[in-house]
Amino acid sequence: MHWDVVWNNFGYFLLGRFPDGPVGGLALSILLAVGGIFFAFWVGIIFGLMRLSKRWYIRIPSIIYIEIIRGTPLLLLIFWFYFLAPIIFHRPVPEARSTLVAFTVFTGAYCAEIVRAGIQSIPKGQMEAARSSGLNYTQAMIYIILPQALRNMIPSFVNQFVSLTKDTSLAYIIGVQELTRAATQVNNRTLNAPAEIFFTIAVIYFIICFGLTQTSRYLEKKLSYKTAGRMRQQEIELIEEDIGVP
Amino acid sequence: MNYEFNWMIVLTGEYREWIIHGLIITLKISGISILLSLLIGTLITTLRMTKVKILEWITISYIEFFRNTPLLIQLFFWYFGSYYIFPENINQWLYAHDYEFAVGVVSLTIYTSAFIAEEIRAGIMSIPKEQMEASRATGLSFIQAMANVVLPQAFRIVIPTLISQFLNLTKNSSLAMTIGVMELTYMTRQIESYSFRGFEAFTVATLLYISLSLTISLIINIYNKKFLRMIRY
Repeated sequence: MHWDVVWNNFGYFLLGRFPDGPVGGLALSILLAVGGIFFAFWVGIIFGLMRLSKRWYIRIPSIIYIEIIRGTPLLLLIFWFYFLAPIIFHRPVPEARSTLVAFTVFTGAYCAEIVRAGIQSIPKGQMEAARSSGLNYTQAMIYIILPQALRNMIPSFVNQFVSLTKDTSLAYIIGVQELTRAATQVNNRTLNAPAEIFFTIAVIYFIICFGLTQTSRYLEKKLSYKTAGRMRQQEIELIEEDIGVP
Repeated sequence: MNYEFNWMIVLTGEYREWIIHGLIITLKISGISILLSLLIGTLITTLRMTKVKILEWITISYIEFFRNTPLLIQLFFWYFGSYYIFPENINQWLYAHDYEFAVGVVSLTIYTSAFIAEEIRAGIMSIPKEQMEASRATGLSFIQAMANVVLPQAFRIVIPTLISQFLNLTKNSSLAMTIGVMELTYMTRQIESYSFRGFEAFTVATLLYISLSLTISLIINIYNKKFLRMIRY
């Protein structure tokens, strides 16, 4: 066993060449995941609301977007943006940026389904009562429905963040210097400790993702007691089961 | 956009053969992994349900560890690490046969079986406890009660989620390209580097994956509408 290889390169796994060069390793993975979920949240809200619209010319584009993205492997999407970006912008685009776009577009579709499920789980009476008290549809959505729905959606968003964190490892394929790339680089350089290196990397990912999963479970429990109808989280889960959110 | 599309190049001749070959490998690796992961997932859930402390502990750590690590890392771990983990003769046998394919199947199976175990457990939990107690009271053993009474009912409820797991598995099988399994994504990447016709190849591959997943989600929807609403309690 050659655990010294892991030990000597541990700093490289965590930060890449950071003080002397660009940020890499685990730090870049986390940056990509946090950036991805932040943008995907807004994409999800917009497309989730569009998905629920009564007008077909708003609803159909959203359905097409969601179904196409959910049917495509993330890997293909990353390749799409990697090869598409230079043609659109007429200049080379950094790999990290094009993967961030791919992550946003990919996770956005799943977030849109979460938002839809969350809004549909709020009893209809809420909307009717808000409308009859004189608010228009947009106001009722912003002040009455969304605040309640978003709170119920928090655990699902955390779960989505976990799977996005795992998915950032795919950025390795087009050469982003994140944790997986750092691991393969060290592996190619040393060649005598692949099992140790990849086990360590797996444990690093595990600590982050397991911590988040436990947080999401805790939040789920806490929020379901706090909300007036304890059924709501279960309803979200039932709807999510139907639509197949991972 | 100054890109001239030339669809004939991927729809005829050699490159079309590549895509078809890739699609077949994708279906093969997904099919084998689906069967194996269903088997292992069920086994793990059953072990967890026995309420033997040590089994419970092992299965929970299996599920949590493999659910919370990226598939790509697992692929690399088995691919690069098998030389150091398994004995020499097993490795020699694997190298002589289709080593990449085997590693792909093993990683996909382990990764997906952890998810499937959780889905099946959720299904079993949704079956009222009395079902188990009643069948035990009629004289069935735990295994018999599980296999003949609880699992058949649980499977009916979890089928839609299981199918969406299989869908995820099919999409995840694209990661096997990183270790050199020549499946659909690998082939499109290959066409891109041979001919610089990346967009045509990617479009064809994307359409194939989407049509696969749309067919399956259509089936889930029909199943949900026709069947599932009746048996939910």
